[in-house]
Amino acid sequence: MTGAQIVLECLKKEGVSVVFGYPGATIAPFYDALVCDGTIKHVLVRQEQNAGHAASGYSRASGEVGVCCTTSGPGATNLITALATAYMDSIPMVALTGQVRSDLLGRDVFQEADITGACEPFTKHSYLATDTQELPTIIKEAFHIAATGRPGPVLIDLPQDTLEREFKGEFVYPDSVDIIGYKPRTAGHSLQIKRAIEAISKAECPVICAGGGVVSAKSRRELLKFAEKLDIPVVSTLMGVGMMPTEHPLYMGMLGTHGIYSANYAIHHADLVILCGARVGDRAMSKPDQIAKKATIIHIDIDPAEIGKNMKADIPIVGDIRNVLKNLIEKTDELKHEAWVNDLRKRKADHTPVFTSIKGQVDPRNFMRTLSEIVSRHSKAILVADVGENQIWSANNFAFRGGRFLTSGGLGTMGYSLGAAMGAKIAKPARQVIAVCGDGSFQMMMCELATLKQHDVAVKVVIMENNRLGMVRELQDKLYGGRYSGVMLDGSPDFVKLVQAYGIPAEAVGDDDEVEGAIERMLKSSEPYVLVCKVAADIPSRQED
Amino acid sequence: MRYTITVLVQNHYGVLSKVSGLIARRGFNIESLAVGVTENPDISRMTIVVDCDENGVEQVEKQLNKLIPTIKVRVLKEGAYIARELTMVKVSCNAKQRAEMMNLADIMHARIIDVTATSLTLELTDTTARTETFISLLRPFGIKELVRTGISAIELGVNTTKK
Ligand SMILES: Cc1ncc(C[n+]2csc(CCOP(=O)(O)OP(=O)(O)O)c2C)c(N)n1
Ligand SMILES: [Mg+2]
Repeated sequence: MTGAQIVLECLKKEGVSVVFGYPGATIAPFYDALVCDGTIKHVLVRQEQNAGHAASGYSRASGEVGVCCTTSGPGATNLITALATAYMDSIPMVALTGQVRSDLLGRDVFQEADITGACEPFTKHSYLATDTQELPTIIKEAFHIAATGRPGPVLIDLPQDTLEREFKGEFVYPDSVDIIGYKPRTAGHSLQIKRAIEAISKAECPVICAGGGVVSAKSRRELLKFAEKLDIPVVSTLMGVGMMPTEHPLYMGMLGTHGIYSANYAIHHADLVILCGARVGDRAMSKPDQIAKKATIIHIDIDPAEIGKNMKADIPIVGDIRNVLKNLIEKTDELKHEAWVNDLRKRKADHTPVFTSIKGQVDPRNFMRTLSEIVSRHSKAILVADVGENQIWSANNFAFRGGRFLTSGGLGTMGYSLGAAMGAKIAKPARQVIAVCGDGSFQMMMCELATLKQHDVAVKVVIMENNRLGMVRELQDKLYGGRYSGVMLDGSPDFVKLVQAYGIPAEAVGDDDEVEGAIERMLKSSEPYVLVCKVAADIPSRQED
Repeated sequence: MRYTITVLVQNHYGVLSKVSGLIARRGFNIESLAVGVTENPDISRMTIVVDCDENGVEQVEKQLNKLIPTIKVRVLKEGAYIARELTMVKVSCNAKQRAEMMNLADIMHARIIDVTATSLTLELTDTTARTETFISLLRPFGIKELVRTGISAIELGVNTTKK
């Protein structure tokens, strides 16, 4: 067997059923192995970045490690943004890149790029596989590292000769890994857990802040049980949206600069904050010291480096969130925080705005509310939001009732949604997968319409067309005296016609009254479908101020 | 404050750049970094000196621990370890100054390792503080070239930093 065939066999052993990629000369041996074998499906994207986002979406929706592959040089560098996006959001992924022959490394030959070097800050780990014999060990380790501890992307750079060389001896896939310096801790320290229980029992105004770690640890159920048993209100970061049902009486919304009043009020008036897999990013908590001054902080995270990084923690618990929450649920008695919860609920209700429709325009916030109403009648949808105002409208107005919310939270990568939605739909074909994007972000990724068409991936796309880079324009209104610089999207195409040119059905809506019917038609479609919302200009992203 | 960190890493391709890149990327300043293989040829030891506050060194330690090739990280406790660095200095020195220079070398326990009609090269293995004293004493003669390895450190007593 050649190295390329070995790579393929290893992927099969890992249970990989689909690879998102784009070929080229150096990775060609692997592509040949793919087609000769035929068991792993290959999805040809139209730009490598989207192969990365698709692997990320696949991973997030399926809970398995997503895989993408590209050629060397420009193929690999095109992938960097996707790796950085996945790294910031702790998404388990394995990326395979072709590389020039190992005897030519370092000589700047055609399509050589030091991709392991370039991706050092954006990968959990990387390999430059110069020895064909080591491929089984490397691939086994890569999948293990990607999926365990704090998950993240792992890169395997594959020189062409490594792929072409014959593998000596019999192929045996290792059944375990042994990396001396890598033994992630999963059970929380019992003393800290004891201290946490004591702090919880004393608190009058506790709050749980759920971050992306709750998703990574697949601990949605435990979070709900923990909150309900102890009657503790929950707020979430952007990455944690969807983990608590939006309408749950204990859920106070997303916090942060683009969050809602009740969530921010809760975290700033709590006497105990339980951070669950939340890394206290600046968009979620811009003044962590103010919060920490008032409250005791329990910080639960699988990554010890997150504890104390942005906020001091009184009670650090390093461990798998699901594990720790289970432990806490077992060891605590039921509590009641009626006054505190009722106060927050009243604040949430009082600050839930009603957006009055304007004739001839679509209010994107009403649109998201209607969308969630209709969707939840059909299925537990996966909503993928891009970046910009559209992302915030989605996060704050779509009511999650068991579905999922995927977005690029950490890096804020425009052009994330279509690739990610494609990956999610391939992972969960029976679910509705809806990508919501802006007209700016759509134009960064619209080449992927062809991929949806080619591979029959029935993603539903909503474009919030406001003819501007709305989020940046808002910023220019606020901080630069309304001097708009480089934010108008004049020159954009007629999106409906453009989409139809791909043979994909599309329609546009321009009034709140038309929205319901349009959404029904979109959801009914068994093909990919694009709905263009002619959004009222200057609808703010922030719900407060 | 200066912290001395000892790190055991797998002796793999690119590990040095992973470690130094990580520290720089996280915004910390490396004062010195010395690396060499250990009694086990598969494992290297780095001695890193960083200048930062207490929170900073905790972050450096945790971040280094996250690197997959890292086996063990230890921030050494003040007074619980011995640290030495090797320095080689080439100074201007004519025949008339030689005796004075030899005297100075003697006092500082430095060795003369090369000599020409107009220069002298000295070698010193000592603590950073004594190395700095030594350099300041030599400065008036005219330092032509100065080479320092950065410190290597080992714990006092029977304790070892092992995986
Ligand atoms: C790749 C990338 N480039 C630039 C930005 C900066 N940025 C953040 S939001 C935004 C505007 C997005 O415009 P659009 O997609 O139309 O969404 P809207 O805000 O109008 O809903 C920009 C340019 C970014 N986040 N990502
Ligand atoms: Mg826009």
